[in-house]
Amino acid sequence: MTLGSVPSKFKVSIDRDQCMDCGRCIENCSYGVYRREGDKILIESRKCTGCLRCVAMCPRDAITLTEKPIDYRSHPLWTREVREDIIKQARSGKIILSGMGNARDLPVVYDRLLLDACQVTNPSIDPLREPMELRTYIGKKPSKLNFRKTESGDVELETKLAPNLKLNTPIMIGHMSFGAISLNAQLSMAKAVTELGTYMGTGEGGLHRDLYPYQDHMVVQVASGRFGVNIDYLERGAAIEIKIGQGAKPGIGGHLPGEKVNEEVSRTRMIPVGSDAISPAPHHDIYSIEDLVQLIRSLKEATEWKKPVFVKIAAVHNVAPIAAGIARSSADAVVIDGFRGGTGAAPKVFRDNVGIPIEVAIASVDQKLREQGVRNEISIIASGGIRSSADLAKSIALGADAVNIGTAALVALGCRVCGNCYRNLCPWGIATQRPELVSRLDPERGAVQVSNLIKGWTYELSELMGAAGINSIESLRGNRDRLRGYMLDEEMLKILDVLPAGA
Amino acid sequence: MKTVKIDARGMHYTPLNQKIRAAVADGAEEIILDNILGQRFIGDGLRGNVRIIVNGVPGGDLGMFMSGPTCIVHGNAEHAPGNTMDKGMLVIHGSAGDAVAHSMRGGKVFIKNNIGYRGGIHMKQYDVEARPILVVGGTAHSFLGEYMAGGLVLVLGIGKDKAMTDRGIGSGIHGGEIILRGEVDDFLLGVGAKKFKFTESDLERIAPTIKNFCEQFGYDPAEFLDTNYTKIGPASSRPFASKYVWE
Ligand code: SF4
Ligand code: SF4
Repeated sequence: MTLGSVPSKFKVSIDRDQCMDCGRCIENCSYGVYRREGDKILIESRKCTGCLRCVAMCPRDAITLTEKPIDYRSHPLWTREVREDIIKQARSGKIILSGMGNARDLPVVYDRLLLDACQVTNPSIDPLREPMELRTYIGKKPSKLNFRKTESGDVELETKLAPNLKLNTPIMIGHMSFGAISLNAQLSMAKAVTELGTYMGTGEGGLHRDLYPYQDHMVVQVASGRFGVNIDYLERGAAIEIKIGQGAKPGIGGHLPGEKVNEEVSRTRMIPVGSDAISPAPHHDIYSIEDLVQLIRSLKEATEWKKPVFVKIAAVHNVAPIAAGIARSSADAVVIDGFRGGTGAAPKVFRDNVGIPIEVAIASVDQKLREQGVRNEISIIASGGIRSSADLAKSIALGADAVNIGTAALVALGCRVCGNCYRNLCPWGIATQRPELVSRLDPERGAVQVSNLIKGWTYELSELMGAAGINSIESLRGNRDRLRGYMLDEEMLKILDVLPAGA
Repeated sequence: MKTVKIDARGMHYTPLNQKIRAAVADGAEEIILDNILGQRFIGDGLRGNVRIIVNGVPGGDLGMFMSGPTCIVHGNAEHAPGNTMDKGMLVIHGSAGDAVAHSMRGGKVFIKNNIGYRGGIHMKQYDVEARPILVVGGTAHSFLGEYMAGGLVLVLGIGKDKAMTDRGIGSGIHGGEIILRGEVDDFLLGVGAKKFKFTESDLERIAPTIKNFCEQFGYDPAEFLDTNYTKIGPASSRPFASKYVWE
């Protein structure tokens, strides 16, 4: 091997004065960094992924982990990453796969948007004292309402309302499939959303029978591979989502490697054990917007028009006209996934280079739908890199009805964003199907953590709204006047329809 | 046998399906639909053992998500009959459009004449009962059995010189089998598809399907019960395994 090895990504060391030799680091590290030889714990730093499981479990804080202990000669263009990718491809001649979301250091638009607060001229609202209306309905709204007077003189609604999802907080959990993540991870989130009165997605992995008790809070997904999809599955879900695209890998399909297809995954996806689960790039019954309408209607017809149907697309250059087309189909909501969205596995070149930021996509989709007079009829759900209640509030002010979180929910379960989800070795029991690792995640405790996170964000959202003198989420939605851009260029401000700070 | 007749002239598909569901709930064993003209989604998501006779030409996605019923069409069918179908049978006394039996995972689709592009695309299999079967009496266009992950596609080429003359057969196939009457030119095979010898034991396996098909359309099965077939299957069950390297 003339290329030799590249520098190790992490350097792990144990402070031997602190260490009590309990062996927990050995037990906890599924990547095999630690091993015992005689009376010594040996360390193989090269195997470390930075998942921090050992650091979290060491009772003595004896472990030190340094990132990039040896780096290359610094160079602004030929970065470490660029050089290592070339070395990898020179060795293999293959496509580089990666995990989690976009890892490039690109400017984050959320961080250049600032929220407003009241001073003197109008009072802020104290959410402890005043009710804050955060309830959000996702689904089609009628363009107008017709009423009828009954004989007794009462007024009755004549317009037939389409089914909507009722959310107690505008935060849902996005689609992460059983197979990509563990059943305990799904169970933790399902318990949390059920308790909180919100929803989560099944992903394209079918609905495991242990999740049936939470089915009224699950959005079932229909993707191009149609895994796990049958009439029973469609009827169980609270809503159905057609996945066209995903922010982490717009334009391409998915691929669950055969190693992850064990007995349970196979049963839930309805494919043989050990077989690759390949989702093609397009749905092969959708080659046009008319075909999309047909798929939406086929799902509604199958479930007797009782379920809202969402369409999820990746945020790409033409996202606004595409969303407008979707709004004109029979879809009840459009889900837009920005280029920072996470994934179990995606070609690195896609993860890091394809798609546009969710902030811009929300603004342009909202704008386009308003121009066309249909914004009030369809909901917008935004996802892809939402990290905090501030990102949530800004998303809503830019025009979203609700957000989907993914990575944030996993971090609440222990994930340290190490990006090695594809290896089936996740030491936190999240992105793995190995029973000994999955059992590390207790769904009861996991549910509390996820629910705490969503509760915390919901409190913060009420506070942010109260500070801005807003007591209803409806008044925040699309209210770009409560946003100011900081260090954003003129063109960007125009697209976001936001004034610069100070204006 | 309890039979219900529905005159579908000028009727939209939603009320039509509502009538079909009501008839099934009412214990109908046979439902005859007259004057069908382009109504989509007939039998969409329908369960049970009912037999539906369609007189006319149904629209797209006939029997989509269907789980149990038998549907016999006296006419042609449009786009994607048997789409994501689970159980039951579609019998089309004519031809059908593109994406026939798309993502189907159980049951049977029998087409008397020809089908369009992407027939049997992404058909998949789970367990022995859930093994979808698509049989085409005539021929099919390109990308037959593309991305196929299980089940059986059989093309008999009745009345044709060759069962298949279009390209891309089984591109990306990673499970299941495509069986074509007679010889198949190598250049018609898609990426990842491979020819296998059709043996006596293969014949034994598909003979019940051939007989079943012939029964529907009044053909003599004896004509087809020999080993003059070509079997096409996956070159590997992991077609993409060698395309990637991890970060
Ligand atoms: S977990 Fe900490 S204290 Fe225990 S053996 Fe490892 S380094 Fe030492
Ligand atoms: S889910 Fe597990 S493997 Fe994936 S990034 Fe998080 S800690 Fe790492």
